[in-house]
This record gives sequence, C-alpha cells and structure tokens, in this order.
Amino acid sequence: MSAPATHAHDVPQAAAAVEHGQHHPIRLYLIVWFWLFVLSACSYFVDYVGFEGFLRWSLIIVFMMLKAGLIVAVFMHMVWERLALVYAILLPPVAVLVFVAIMAIESDYTALMRTMSFVGGG
Amino acid sequence: MADTTANHATSRPRRPGIAGVAADWASDQRAFKTASWGKAMMWIFLLSDTFIFGCFLLAYMTARMSTVVPWPDASKVFGLQIGGSDVPLILIAIMTFVLISSSGTMAMAVNCAYQRRRGATVVLMLFTALMGATFVGMQAFEWTKLISEGVRPWGNPFGAAQFGATFFMITGFHGTHVTIGVIFLLIVARKVWRGEYDRGDRGFFTSRRGDYEQVEIMGLYWHFVDLVWVFIFAFFYLW
Repeated sequence: MSAPATHAHDVPQAAAAVEHGQHHPIRLYLIVWFWLFVLSACSYFVDYVGFEGFLRWSLIIVFMMLKAGLIVAVFMHMVWERLALVYAILLPPVAVLVFVAIMAIESDYTALMRTMSFVGGG
Repeated sequence: MADTTANHATSRPRRPGIAGVAADWASDQRAFKTASWGKAMMWIFLLSDTFIFGCFLLAYMTARMSTVVPWPDASKVFGLQIGGSDVPLILIAIMTFVLISSSGTMAMAVNCAYQRRRGATVVLMLFTALMGATFVGMQAFEWTKLISEGVRPWGNPFGAAQFGATFFMITGFHGTHVTIGVIFLLIVARKVWRGEYDRGDRGFFTSRRGDYEQVEIMGLYWHFVDLVWVFIFAFFYLW
C-alpha cells in the first residue's frame, strides 16, 4: 500500500494497478442497494398477495437469484476479479445442484414408499 | 505480502523434513494473480461455508419432500398480530430489510476505507454491526415465540415433525454466523479507528501486517452472511 491517500475518483486506473483494492463509485453501490430493497419487497409481496403453485415458485426463484447475483457481483466485487478466481469460487457450487437433483429423486421415492406402506398412519 | 506470494526460483535448496514440504506447498505458485492471499483464503472459506449451508438446505428439502404429513405454513407460523390483524411473515421481512441495509453500509465502509476516510469507515462499520446485532435480537425473539408455542426439534403443533429440527438448525447456524460477523466487525472497526492499517501494525492472531484490504475481506464475509439469508428467506420462509 502506498503511503499517500489515493482517491478513487482521481486516478481509478492507476490505483487499481498499484493496489489490489477495489475502487468503485459510491453511486453504483447505492443503485444496487436500492434494487436489493425493491427485490426483497417483491419477494415479500409474493407471500403477502398469496400467489400459489408455479407462479409463486418461479417468482421466488427469480427474485432470489437476482438478489444473490447483485450481492456477489457488485458488493463482493466478483465482476472485477480475474476469471481464475471467479471460476474457482463459482463453479464448485454446481456440485451442490447435482446433489439437490439426486436427493430430489431419492425423497420422491421415500415419499412414495411411505404412502404405499404406511397409508393412514405412518 | 510480496514475500509470501511471489514466484521463487525452483533452484532454491529444499529444507529438510516437514518444513520442506510446507515450503514447497506454500510458495511455489501463485494462482490468483490480483487477489491477495487474505482475500483468496476468505473466498475459499466462503466456498466451504456455501457447501455447509447448501447441505443444510438440501437436508431440509429432502425432509420436506419425503414427509407424508403436511408441512407447517410458514406464512402463518411466522406471522404476527399487529393492531388486531394478522400480518404474514412481517418479522422475517423486517429482518431481511435490516440485513440488506447492513450489507449496504458495509459496502460503503469498504469504499471509504480505500479512500482512507477513517472516521466514515468506523461509523459505517459500527452501523453495520448494530444492524447485525438487531438482526440477532429479532431472531432470538422469533425463537422465543416459537418455543413458547411448542415448537421443538422433535415435533410441533403445526404439522410435520421435521419442521422444528430444520428451523433451529438452519436459522441457528446462520445466526451464529451473524454473531461472529458482529464481533469481527467491532474488532476491525477498532483497528481502523486506531489507525493500525495506516501504520501496518501486526495482527494479534496472525502476526501479519494489516492494511485496508482487511476491511474489504471483512466485507466479503458480511455480504456472504446476507447472501445466505437470501436463500434461507426464499426456501425456508417463502416456499
């Protein structure tokens, strides 16, 4: 870290080259913050209004992914990191999704067995 | 940090025994060119935490999909009576907004830290910690309410018995993360306040020289806690 204070607005390129630190305009954070509020309000609204079925689930997933994406990309600075780090962090969670698929099949089977074998009091 | 992350020549003599093994693993390569050691390690820790929370939510999905007893309606269970009318999920909604607000102030704190605005950084971090503590407080209230209504890890009056176990496990683990985050926010804020990152003082735990990047690394952890809540809110409370 160089000794004199380097302001992001003065020399963003130079600062980024010299330091590892992330320098971005405050305005960007405020915009993302605003959208996180809006998206949270939207997902609460889904419950408040009482949407059901496919509409409910798809809206919940969409708002959730948008919020998660904004937090990781901007607040956690992932869009400005090098691809080596981005891949190292964001690809392994795909294994969790595979696990989800496996366990969804498995729990469907378990539910079927319970319904068939313990009808009316399992 | 250059001394621990630079590429060394391979011709250097290898030290004997376990010290040589450690030296070989520690210093030969640097994969993450622009991310410092501290930031890369925080990301890898967060990745491992992702697997932990992923498995909790996965277990919850498995329990909920395979039970033949109806799952309790979260909208009603977590609703509150305000002014004589039932408002669904209101406490959880407030908790969500508090945590998102704290994420915003943390992002601003990181920004101020890189501009060497110590006062603003400390105030923003203290605000973040305050909102984190508020979140944990509301969670304690929620736990108290549910326990007094008879929710236990082995059963509850609303429906499927697994509801209590998954609820206490998932929100408890998340609340622990928030609590630890608040403690570390206060520690880092104190270091900023005392100007330890300006002087590059050595940390009490790792003995490494600190700099303002540690505020950003602290921020990564805090945003992750918020990120996990996004998934818990969607899957456990709204689904």
